[in-house]
Amino acid sequence: MDLELTPEQTLLVDTVRRFVETEILPLELNLDPDADEIPAEDFERLTAKTKAMGLFGMDIPPEFGGPDIDLVTRTLLAIEMAQHRAGLYVPCYGVFGGAGLAQLFEATEDQKARYLYPTLAGEKKGFFGLSEPSGGSDPARAIQTTAIQDGDDWIINGGKLWISGADRADYGLVFARTAPDRGRGGVTCFIVDTDTPGFHVRRIVHTLRSARYATELQFEDMRIPSANILGELNKGFAIASDRLTRQRIPYAAGCIGVAIKAHAMALEYVPQRETFGAPLSSRQAIQWMLVDNEIDIRQATWITLEAAAKADRGEPFRKEAAMAKLVATEAGGRVVDRCMQMFGGFGVAKDFPFERWFREMRIRRIGEGPSEVQRHIIAREILGASLR
Amino acid sequence: MDARWIQLNDETAASLNAGHGHMGVFELADKNELPLFIGYAGGRSVGGLSREIREAYQRLPEAALVRWEVTTSYLSRYQERLMRHVALHGKPPTHNLDAPKGQLSP
Repeated sequence: MDLELTPEQTLLVDTVRRFVETEILPLELNLDPDADEIPAEDFERLTAKTKAMGLFGMDIPPEFGGPDIDLVTRTLLAIEMAQHRAGLYVPCYGVFGGAGLAQLFEATEDQKARYLYPTLAGEKKGFFGLSEPSGGSDPARAIQTTAIQDGDDWIINGGKLWISGADRADYGLVFARTAPDRGRGGVTCFIVDTDTPGFHVRRIVHTLRSARYATELQFEDMRIPSANILGELNKGFAIASDRLTRQRIPYAAGCIGVAIKAHAMALEYVPQRETFGAPLSSRQAIQWMLVDNEIDIRQATWITLEAAAKADRGEPFRKEAAMAKLVATEAGGRVVDRCMQMFGGFGVAKDFPFERWFREMRIRRIGEGPSEVQRHIIAREILGASLR
Repeated sequence: MDARWIQLNDETAASLNAGHGHMGVFELADKNELPLFIGYAGGRSVGGLSREIREAYQRLPEAALVRWEVTTSYLSRYQERLMRHVALHGKPPTHNLDAPKGQLSP
């Protein structure tokens, strides 16, 4: 196993690091501390730069115009892109582009024409509608939204909770039960236009994140054509599950990036800050916090890169992705917490980014499958049949 | 917003202790409780809700009522109040230049 970065990886990492330092961090000096957007003119200017750098749309497969970056390199870049105040949930404020909903790459040509290509062109936005009030950690059993066939259409009734972006989306992927007695084998994914009669955004759900909120959706006799089934009937859970597994790696990388930035700020601060006649860095209590930060960051980084490397090799990586998500989110929380402690009052003030990272990092132990579910996935993988 | 409306005039505006220096959202309305402006005091607000409301009232002296809510979720609450207004009235309050980013169902 080679632990050195290739020259190309080093170049890309340095390029993105410079971009964050020179383009993103200065902008944040004038933004609200909780902002998740930059002014439109800055967004357009910086998006033009990332396109010129050949780094726009890194998650888009090359056959759809993406730059063909492997997951290890993508993970290294995600770590860099998160190293600013909004970096955990809005790395570089989205100027590197996104892939939209990756499931659409497997859509039919007709679906791609109606949803995927407009999304890649920035003309449409989508949302991912899986979790319900009945539970998000066990979607296969918790999904109570139903879809009942009526001729060539399906009538969907039910609701979703914790859905990001549905209030500003043009369409969404909605998972509904199409075979009531078949557990995870009875869930189908539908592409739903948000102007469909019966589609309602009922309320905003406020969370620890001030700028980004979740929504609660309600579906009342929503009529969706069979042509809008994504993938196969009753095989929607595989679509959801694959997405959840892949998503865990960049999710982990964002936590590592923030932890690295917080730790770097602490390393700069503690030799300057004096208490009782000596710099903080001379205190063993502080030194041990820094050491624990180093270890947390190193562990999370290698575990996450290993998961990415296995995915790149086409090997099963469910266990490694779960481990990356578990370790990085928990380590990230500990690192930010220690840094807040070292900064004292400044650590909790909005003058510095720690309080935002602290709030947002707490969500990471729950979002995309809580720590307990990740442990369950890992246990199932290492115990295999003996668990059942 | 559950907060009750409070009469707003030069005298009450000058003595306003709305949420003191806290972050939060507020609404200025006409005498019929129709919001004319929805604003917020964010993490960089120098004087918090009190000062933001006073400054908004200076720009909007026809406002007759004010209400506010102290919250650290000021950005999402601000968006929600704008969306609620659009869902009820079809357009943002007359003195809000920004349309909400999303849409709530009526």
